[in-house]
Amino acid sequence: MKRYVATRAATMFGVLMITLLITISLVGSNMDTILKQGIVFQVRSEITENPAIAESFSSVEEFEGFIQSQIEQRTKILGLDEPWYSPQRIGLTMYKILLLDFGHATFLTSDAGSSDVKDIIFEKLPRTILLFTTATIIISVIGIFLGALSASKVGSVIDRITSSFAIISSSFPVWWIGMLMIFLFAFTYQIFPARATPDIPSSDPGYIGSLLYHMALPLITIVMIGFGSWAYLVRNFMVGIMQEDFIMAKRTIGIKQKKIIYTHALKNAAPPIVTILALSLSGSLGGAIITEAVFDWPGMGRLYFEAITVMDLPVIIGATYILTVFFLVSIFIADLLYGYFDPRMRTG
Amino acid sequence: MSSITPQEIKQEFLKSKIGIVGITILGILIATSIIAIIAIPVETFQEWNNPGNWISYPKVAIPIWVNIFMTEKIPEHKILENPNIQTNSEGEIMLLSHKFGVNFDYEFFPNDFIYVFSSEYSESALLQMSVIRPDGIELELLSTSLPYSNTKTIHSERIFSTDEAVKKNLLLQSEMFDFDLERLSVEDIVFSDTKTNEPLKGDYVFSIDTYSVNSEIKSHESKLIIGGKAFGMMGTDELRRDLAIGLLWGTPLALFIGLVVSIASVIAGLLYGVYAGYKGKKTDEVMMRFNDVIYALPALPFLIILSVTISNSIFVLVGFLMIFGWVGIAKVARSMSLQIKTRGYVDAANMMGQKNSKIVLKHILPQLLPYAFASIAISVPAAITTEAGLSFLGLGDPSFPTWGHILHDANTFGAAARGLWWWIMPPGVMIAIAGLAFVFIGNALDAIVNPKLKR
Repeated sequence: MKRYVATRAATMFGVLMITLLITISLVGSNMDTILKQGIVFQVRSEITENPAIAESFSSVEEFEGFIQSQIEQRTKILGLDEPWYSPQRIGLTMYKILLLDFGHATFLTSDAGSSDVKDIIFEKLPRTILLFTTATIIISVIGIFLGALSASKVGSVIDRITSSFAIISSSFPVWWIGMLMIFLFAFTYQIFPARATPDIPSSDPGYIGSLLYHMALPLITIVMIGFGSWAYLVRNFMVGIMQEDFIMAKRTIGIKQKKIIYTHALKNAAPPIVTILALSLSGSLGGAIITEAVFDWPGMGRLYFEAITVMDLPVIIGATYILTVFFLVSIFIADLLYGYFDPRMRTG
Repeated sequence: MSSITPQEIKQEFLKSKIGIVGITILGILIATSIIAIIAIPVETFQEWNNPGNWISYPKVAIPIWVNIFMTEKIPEHKILENPNIQTNSEGEIMLLSHKFGVNFDYEFFPNDFIYVFSSEYSESALLQMSVIRPDGIELELLSTSLPYSNTKTIHSERIFSTDEAVKKNLLLQSEMFDFDLERLSVEDIVFSDTKTNEPLKGDYVFSIDTYSVNSEIKSHESKLIIGGKAFGMMGTDELRRDLAIGLLWGTPLALFIGLVVSIASVIAGLLYGVYAGYKGKKTDEVMMRFNDVIYALPALPFLIILSVTISNSIFVLVGFLMIFGWVGIAKVARSMSLQIKTRGYVDAANMMGQKNSKIVLKHILPQLLPYAFASIAISVPAAITTEAGLSFLGLGDPSFPTWGHILHDANTFGAAARGLWWWIMPPGVMIAIAGLAFVFIGNALDAIVNPKLKR
């Protein structure tokens, strides 16, 4: 078991490093250009603010030379004279990112006004977790209940409705249903707000209530689209288990069908269900990008989308890193849980 | 595991209702694609982003068929291109007369009307525009001279109903109407009853006469556009584009993306997984660790970064989608090949000294084919929705009207807030239908390959 945990952990860490490396190398060259432009801008604005510097030079060439040397000096201090792919720079960047030091955002700020990427991310992250974790929990509760119910009556009306709803709902993109929901419940019938961003400051005592009210429409949409496929998965696991010999044996002894399903069968379906729960918790974070963009929910997903639109590279790198960490941690937990429930996995 | 022959699969498949429904939908989609490719010239869809191409279409027009359910008919947008042509010459004066007949049968006034023309003449020419209404009244609309030219020239122009001169001409004839014309727009006067300002139904004839002296007039283009609020089977969007064309062209694009991505990733995954499972030991270990790495990459953020930094061409995007598509299949294929490997005939083939590649291709892969078909069908919807999602974020290929791209435009122009349902509903329904077709087929195949689920 120890060896299993250790190899999994090592793999995950390796994946994290590779992800970082890929992200940095994809945006690295752009990042350098932006940083260098920043330096030039900074030097020029310092000189225009202080006319005494400009007056102290006799010729234009001398003045330009001074500016050039200033720019070069600062480039060197930041280590930008070396290309972004030089080992020291990549190493340094990765080390900083590992310690959650993402630097400062180029354009975006947090609601509190800070441009530190870490502040921005830790402001948005709880909101995404609030929305998507709540949704996933509701989905899984409904899903497990419905799945068990339809597995107990295979071929019944409930079973058929659940299965067909699962199949149909899973082929609609969540964000499209989101657009329809906004169209229906925010504009045609004005029940919920169209933009999910609460319009009062977070210090206000009514903030939580407002946040929950704004959360309703995205939450309903995600749950509506999600629970069908959950129920279907649970049903399929259960149907498989219900054919096992030990269930048959219990049935012949005369234990009630209901008891068999909700205690014995569900317990045996637990490992895959728990695994999928862990995976869908993290998967929902990644899927949040489009959903949050549609509903304008002020979380990680929308931050990511905004960062991409204005090419705010430190934010992109930071958000990708955090998303990857979450994703990996949940895969890791899922793996461990599976190994715990199903000892056969540990040797594989 | 699979000892099912292709014949058996076919038989079983034809028995499953859901599979037949899936195949039928897929057939309809393929037929639509073929119609789109044949009927709509490729140029039209390449012009998707060129506003000049759509200028004679109305803005955000509702689909025409909505009128069937309406008691108060919404005016249709009409583009009249084939006028009744008459030529006349009296001595030195040549007359070219174009007549357009319009049957106007709606409860609302049209938005506007535009006459688009391009005529060839020399020296000077005069253009007169008038309309004969259903009640027999003839209204003079415009009389204007075309620019003088010494040589033969081609003059193109658009005459809009918002033209000041048209309004002035109508005000001169205001004695025919019982109400004040001062504050009304041209189309509200031309199409109005004389007693009250309400639309007058019936046949209107617009005639455009071009006179010239000493020279012949030729017409290269002559179009009368009666601007309405309903157009085409699917309506139009904010940029006047005909949504029917976008939706039709979206079908082959979605099928292309879905099928190419899923087939390529299933093949790649199968080969990878089977090879890893067959070789075993160190190779297996290394290959599966690599598989783990790709599996653990968060797909959507990476697809976004890739499409922003490298390229958002639709073909490159297909490649990116494949990077994330093959992983799960490789895992299953590996465990399946681990089982098949232990069978006697594989050992026998090995003993006989057959090459590894031959054993994999001839003895192991064929066993996995039923599973492969099921997974191809199941992974198509994911590819289609992922591409649609990327396009929806505005990161897709802008030169192709994919369904996701249409929805992106709809979102940008706030279609949901403005109640433009015909802009939001059809693309999403198409995405879902395309997805459903493959889900149905996949489910039917899956039930055959994994008989456990059937109960």
